[in-house]
Amino acid sequence: MGRYIGRRLIQGLVVIFGVTVFVFVVTRLIGDPVKFMLPLSATPEQREARRDAMGLNDPLVQQFGRFLRDLVQGDLGESSYVRGTPALEVVFDYLPRTLQLVAVGMLLAIVLSIPLGVIASRKPGGTTDRVLTTLSLIGLSMPQFFLGYVLMIAFTVRLRWFETGPGGFMNLVLPSICLALPAVGRLAVVVRSAMIDELNSQYVKVAKAKGLTRRRILGVHALRNAGIPYVTLLGWEVIRAIAGYTVVVESVFNWPGLGFMASTAVKNQDFYLIQAIVFVVAVMVVLINIAVDIAYKLLDPRVKLS
Amino acid sequence: MSDEYTAQHADEEHATDDEAAIQGRPYEISAARRGGLFGELVRDKLGFASALFLTLLALAALFAPLLAPDDPNRGNLSRSMASPVWNGGSWSNPMGADWQGYDVLSRLLYGARTSLFIGLLVVALAGTFGIIVGVISGYKGGRVDRWLMGWVDVQVSFPGLLLAMLLVALVGGTVWTVAIILAVNGWMVYARMTRGVVLSVRERPFVEAAEMVGSSPLRVITKHVLPNLVTPLATLAVLEFARIILAEAALSFLGLGIQYPGVTWGLDIARAGDHELFGNQWLIIYPGLLLSLTVLAVNLLSSWLRVMLDPQEREKRYAASVTDKAGGM
Repeated sequence: MGRYIGRRLIQGLVVIFGVTVFVFVVTRLIGDPVKFMLPLSATPEQREARRDAMGLNDPLVQQFGRFLRDLVQGDLGESSYVRGTPALEVVFDYLPRTLQLVAVGMLLAIVLSIPLGVIASRKPGGTTDRVLTTLSLIGLSMPQFFLGYVLMIAFTVRLRWFETGPGGFMNLVLPSICLALPAVGRLAVVVRSAMIDELNSQYVKVAKAKGLTRRRILGVHALRNAGIPYVTLLGWEVIRAIAGYTVVVESVFNWPGLGFMASTAVKNQDFYLIQAIVFVVAVMVVLINIAVDIAYKLLDPRVKLS
Repeated sequence: MSDEYTAQHADEEHATDDEAAIQGRPYEISAARRGGLFGELVRDKLGFASALFLTLLALAALFAPLLAPDDPNRGNLSRSMASPVWNGGSWSNPMGADWQGYDVLSRLLYGARTSLFIGLLVVALAGTFGIIVGVISGYKGGRVDRWLMGWVDVQVSFPGLLLAMLLVALVGGTVWTVAIILAVNGWMVYARMTRGVVLSVRERPFVEAAEMVGSSPLRVITKHVLPNLVTPLATLAVLEFARIILAEAALSFLGLGIQYPGVTWGLDIARAGDHELFGNQWLIIYPGLLLSLTVLAVNLLSSWLRVMLDPQEREKRYAASVTDKAGGM
């Protein structure tokens, strides 16, 4: 187990390194970090001088060496959009609100998807089952930002139940629902088919024959085994949320988290901030992946980690 | 709990259990049987309706220049917020105009053009590249395989949307750049699937036989290996088509996808969302609904396709419908 985690960590480092190099090369080769740093009226000479001062005219390898040395010391440069603040500091300012959103959204997805999947699995092909399958298909097909607007039109504009934008917990309700709903569809379908498989297996029949209550069969035996594919997908959902969905959801609802900051940074070509965001996101993705594998192992002792 | 089980339910369960022993996939049979012939028809109807919808959409997209009442990028403030025909508007703007005086119908039509074109282009680009990598990886094996699949593993762990946003911001958002960026981001599924099929096929006797009679590797691949890929790839490509349409819309929505003068639904949802959230919300709903329906139709079509391309599934459905008729359910 320890050796396995060690190997996964090394694999993870390769991913993080790959992403970092990719962003570094792409921003230095195609982009111009100085473009948005100076006022529009700056002359080409002034821009060139700034590039020289920042070492952007040195050979790429030399720049990369400097970049790595700073990275090891936890320095990813200064943000140009949030002027004068270290990029990593900006990331950690905005990250908590994204984590809040992901935590509430995923909790909501779990709380909704398990009962829905279990109910649907009781009568495959029944009305509940068909309603659920249809709803999850619609959830899959509806773009998240459109879902966000529909929620906002209904609950903010018409009913005036929730405000949106930065603020307290009430302002988090609609973004969390928007983040959760597509995931509920995908997760409930997995619960459903895993439960059907488990309920048709031999050990459940034995448990029934022994006279165990339905609740005990469901809760203790079947649900636990159905949990294995569920955890994998849930990990995938969390990763997708952090590395993509929150960017969209936060933009729709003006929720000032890291995703919102990411699109702002990209639009303002704030390359140091982008580098820092991508770096932190990649680290989180790698760690969640490893956590999912360990959870997998804990749920199913038969799984050999290799 | 016994009270949740009626006698009939228990009987049915026995029946499905027996079928489970024979077929190995009990729930689909029982689902088909309980749905009966009607359920079967409904499912085919959905597939048919989706195909019809997509055909119409594709035709509308193809002939958008002929069908559109106006240039989608011609603003005209004198007709700002013009009403649609059914609200007393004129036929020159059948679905009305937005706050800048853009003709709504024209923008929807050209938006369809962009979405479908990008979907096709990306599936073609990413599919070609992914299949080539997958075939090489699966056929060569050994170190080549390890390196290529290592590359796939690493890239799968990349935060794709963030990098796509960054690339679009750097190179600019046109239909072609966005398509290439999305393809660079999404070829890995094809590579993995192709490799899997190649690995399982190349050990089979007919491939060994072909190699033994002296067929060249290229001939073995094109004549004996690739045909086995058609069915799984068709289903995957259709699903990916839907995913790509959503990805393009999300990028364009963020303002980091296709940009003016490009016309896309994602961009229109963002424009209307910024401007008309408290005003004429139909301007958000039209492109949003069209986008959702398109993706829904593609998803429905893909599940229909999966059944149609799988002879075993088709036989099962046929058998289920026959037993239903005989049983008079």
